[in-house]
Amino acid sequence: MKVLVAVKRVVDYNVKVRAKADGSAVDLNNVKMAINPFCEIAVEEAVRLKEAGVATEVIAVSVGDKACQEQIRTALALGADRGIQVETEGVVEPLVVAKLLKAVVDKEQPQLVILGKQSIDGDNNQTGQMLGALANMPQGTFASEVAIDGDKLKVTREVDGGLQTVNLNLPAIVTTDLRLNEPRYASLPNIMKAKKKQLDVYTPEDLGVSVTSHLTQVKVQPPAERKAGIKVADVAELVDKLKNEAKVI
Amino acid sequence: MSTLVIAEHDNSSLKVATLNAVAAAQALGADIDILVAGANCGAVAEEAAKVAGVGKVLVADNAAYEHQLAENVSLLIAEVGAGYDNIIAPATTNCKNTMPRVAALLDVAQISEITAVESADTFQRPIYAGNVIATVKSSDAKKVITVRTTAFDAAPAEGGSATVEALDAVHDAGISSFVGEEVAVSDRPELTSASVVISGGRGMQNGENFKLLEGIADKLGAAIGASRAAVDAGFVPNDMQVGQTGKIVAPDLYIAVGISGAIQHLAGMKDSKVIVAINKDEDAPIFQVADYGLVADLFNALPELEEKL
Repeated sequence: MKVLVAVKRVVDYNVKVRAKADGSAVDLNNVKMAINPFCEIAVEEAVRLKEAGVATEVIAVSVGDKACQEQIRTALALGADRGIQVETEGVVEPLVVAKLLKAVVDKEQPQLVILGKQSIDGDNNQTGQMLGALANMPQGTFASEVAIDGDKLKVTREVDGGLQTVNLNLPAIVTTDLRLNEPRYASLPNIMKAKKKQLDVYTPEDLGVSVTSHLTQVKVQPPAERKAGIKVADVAELVDKLKNEAKVI
Repeated sequence: MSTLVIAEHDNSSLKVATLNAVAAAQALGADIDILVAGANCGAVAEEAAKVAGVGKVLVADNAAYEHQLAENVSLLIAEVGAGYDNIIAPATTNCKNTMPRVAALLDVAQISEITAVESADTFQRPIYAGNVIATVKSSDAKKVITVRTTAFDAAPAEGGSATVEALDAVHDAGISSFVGEEVAVSDRPELTSASVVISGGRGMQNGENFKLLEGIADKLGAAIGASRAAVDAGFVPNDMQVGQTGKIVAPDLYIAVGISGAIQHLAGMKDSKVIVAINKDEDAPIFQVADYGLVADLFNALPELEEKL
């Protein structure tokens, strides 16, 4: 079966971003960019399905400006077969991304779409679920285990109290959680090979989707700073402070 | 203006996260109804009717909603929510699963994990693991919102007398089914609602050593959490993870043990009232947010702490 994997270009997870002093935007000048960690897990899962003989083709898709081709190439180096970029400018809201992905789903007819559960920039945790609703596909979100079970997909999900397992009709959506797998590193020969793999570019107009914003970012600001407290000398002093100063025990 | 709040529950009792969502709804200043979707969930509806400030409790009691399958529940919420200006849910894993589907069905944006209500259409929400607070304005006539529960004090569970109304609507999408669940059974309070949380990180070295936290947790009535590093290393299950991609907690007392304090972890706990850090590395970033820092080997400090409490 065909598997579609969505990847997003985001600020590297090691970077501590800051709001610009004038509050107009997040300062992203000269910041290291990378594939969203949850998307990397999604690519790995798709590639493993291919290695297991379940998936026949893995297509990596990204929505963004030309720079996101770098993350598509990363996915291709990890083992995806071909790439699709939907070219957009600026920040695109999850609902619009979901509509664009829905158009790609209509075109490619994958049996399975794997996405990260959230991107570490917007922290929205929406796109996979929205795609599910638009494409009328069931979803296994926050997945820690995925298995094909006959004509169904069995997904174990990380939920507040523990784990939940659901059976989904195919085609289906999966969004990845941390423990689904540990992504591999791309080898140099695979990075070289990835440069030659097919990468198609569509515009939202090609896909018949209008890119309209429902939300406006009015301003950004740093969170309330927490002041560093004091160092205590030993456990006895700690217990004393908690009892008599903070009065929390 | 009217607001529909989605109840978080387990078919037998209403979860406190619902009360946090009601509080956010009150900040919007609209009339509030609560939707309880579940199976044999009458007791939940009765509890919801007692919540202060609620006008009406709508109950959809059907097997299709028993396990909160997003495919089914989202159809129900989108239908019922059509008559409201706002649909608000706590940012629990259930509602995070369902609400974006609702938003897409209604063709509106979702505003995720708000931490403040500025006006009827303007909200604050953390982005980039809480390193930035964004103020966003919605142009949608209908707003679909999830609420970071730690940012809103729970509405009173008692004092209301809402009417309870049964809904006949049955939405079974027929594309997904529940297989089973493994729910961690514990006598300890839930992480997200505990007033004291003690968490271990990579410094715990292995899962066995988390036992060192248990004695202290028992004495303090605390929940036990973990950093992503400890989860990734396989010490403990992911449902214990506190952080950007795990649970967000804001207890009265948070004790971080053997946790260096990566920004992703801080994102999940820095709104705690009092933070204690125990770490042998005096330069660990966790000390920059800790009210009380103890530079010590946790294997010496923990037994001593348990004894002195």
